[in-house]
Amino acid sequence: MKRSRVPMAVSMVVLVFFYLPIVLLIIQSFNASKYGGSWQGFSFKWYGLLFENRAVWKATQNTAVVALFSTICSTILGTLGAWTLHHYRSRIQHAHYLLVYAPLVFPDILMGISLLLFFVHMHIPLGLPTIIVAHITFCTSYVAFVVLGRLQDFDMALIEASQDLGAGWGTIIWRILLPVLGPGILAGALLAFTLSIDDFVITFFVSGPGSATLPVYVYSMMKMGSPAIINALCTLFMLVTFSIVIVGQRMLTKNIQSSQSRI
Amino acid sequence: MGDFIELQNVSKRFDDLVAVNNVSLSLKQGEVFSLLGPSGCGKTTLLRILAGFQMPDSGSVLLNGQDITRLPANKRAVNTVFQNYALFPHMTVWENIAFGLRMSRKPSQEIRKEVGEMIELMELGDHAHKKPHMISGGQKQRVAIARALVNKPQLLLLDEPLAALDLKLRQRMLIELDSIHDEVGITFLYITHDQGEAMSLSDRIGVMNLGRIEQIGTPAEIYEAPQSSFVAAFIGDTNFLNGRVCETVSAEYCRIDVESIGRVIAWNDKNLKPGDSVNLSVRPEKFRLFRNRPPDSEHRNLVQAKVVDLIYMGSSTKYRLECGDYILIVEQQHGRYLLDEKPITWDETIWLGWHAEDGYMLQRYEEKDEALMALGEDMT
Repeated sequence: MKRSRVPMAVSMVVLVFFYLPIVLLIIQSFNASKYGGSWQGFSFKWYGLLFENRAVWKATQNTAVVALFSTICSTILGTLGAWTLHHYRSRIQHAHYLLVYAPLVFPDILMGISLLLFFVHMHIPLGLPTIIVAHITFCTSYVAFVVLGRLQDFDMALIEASQDLGAGWGTIIWRILLPVLGPGILAGALLAFTLSIDDFVITFFVSGPGSATLPVYVYSMMKMGSPAIINALCTLFMLVTFSIVIVGQRMLTKNIQSSQSRI
Repeated sequence: MGDFIELQNVSKRFDDLVAVNNVSLSLKQGEVFSLLGPSGCGKTTLLRILAGFQMPDSGSVLLNGQDITRLPANKRAVNTVFQNYALFPHMTVWENIAFGLRMSRKPSQEIRKEVGEMIELMELGDHAHKKPHMISGGQKQRVAIARALVNKPQLLLLDEPLAALDLKLRQRMLIELDSIHDEVGITFLYITHDQGEAMSLSDRIGVMNLGRIEQIGTPAEIYEAPQSSFVAAFIGDTNFLNGRVCETVSAEYCRIDVESIGRVIAWNDKNLKPGDSVNLSVRPEKFRLFRNRPPDSEHRNLVQAKVVDLIYMGSSTKYRLECGDYILIVEQQHGRYLLDEKPITWDETIWLGWHAEDGYMLQRYEEKDEALMALGEDMT
């Protein structure tokens, strides 16, 4: 019997649907034509213009600062949160779980508006600090869930075993917990990082003058700038995001493999 | 040398469950002591109290005369072999074994020497630089034991260490454990629900049930002279006959009237008086089956029984015999004693005999232990 070609065809269509626009964008970023109506020859000129654009540099810097701080804070908070959720059982465990889970499913626009209202009420001037706080709020939940997944495979007897062999809590954290959970925590951190550098909706609400991150800046460029520069910018942006995701994925699968073979 | 480890009136309760109920226990230096009991009997809680992972609600733990009840696990000269080994997955076998010595900040030269010796003792030389996920179950087990022993603890706790291994490997590890004990001479406290393991390894066994220790004794004492129906039924199989003492025959023997079976003679080690109600436990292998009525003798009991079932088990045969209102389980080797003798088959009426001293009288008898006995029978 011949194998049906239908599944193959369907997956090809889906892949084309996913990636054709991205491929088009990459091609267009090398198109000499300003509006991309027709192919006018291969060119790096938009990349050249992009690197000369100071506002883009500023936005990139903002994005990096925001991503760095929000990743560090949310990784610490998310890991602690996951540990607490996993380790301690309380009568309102379910509620705790839900509270951590909610930001994952909340519409971004809701988060954005509520954070904006909050900052305005508290008379906090909008700027990089407010963006960082906003990013921490949703990244923490993602980190917590990634780490929680790793914790489910973690053998709690390891902690007792190290106590039994004379280790105190400091040693247990440095020599046992961090090395074993490290890949999971790192994967959570990378996820937080990519979420932070791409976030538009929430950032749009809580950014102030001069604190536009790349996604927000791209949006404003769409309205008044040159679309060709945006193509070049997005291509580079995507490259960075993609490599982070790939590295993160590697970490996760590596960790899963080693924990599986442990059993 | 007096008592080396002492538990005095230790109790531990979790919400409504009394896990350990007023247990007192003392271990001698260098002995292998097993705590044997069904799951949920409190043996693991007792181990965790000794290891320092749990504090008892009341009572105290003494090690070499020192009160260590409140001493945390990382300060005790007690090490544990965990049920699922709990080896550190990110460290090599060598690093796993060295962990405890590093914690006690020994000079690295000494650590290298002692870990090396331990690796040699455990025959782990080829695996020293492998991670735990690359070695077999039996090897992991040896690493876990080495990791604990290298610290030269005063007491080694073993929490069902063989439960995760298959039967053949379990038998081999039992022999290894025994020789390791001979080598190091450290006191072992061995937790298990497997009576075979406990019997073959231990100097003494404590049988636990419902948070209490029901009986402490050598394996032979526990098996031959159980003090409660729980111990009789949990260790090996047994048959219970309920009756009432009707006359004392001599200082050592009495006759018991067992309803629907008649009078049987039993060894009266408990000094029971006529009228006392009693339960007689007779192990399946203590009976003898006869096709023809053998001659009577002073201390032999003989009753007639009908074979309702026989289960061939290879090295022996199990018979289910109807005797009065009872179904008795009898285990016999099935060699023929005489050349013209045919094997005993279904529905035959035969003679069942046992010596008075093979029936063991129990005063502490609980009906539910009969269910435990029946369970064991189904499992074979």
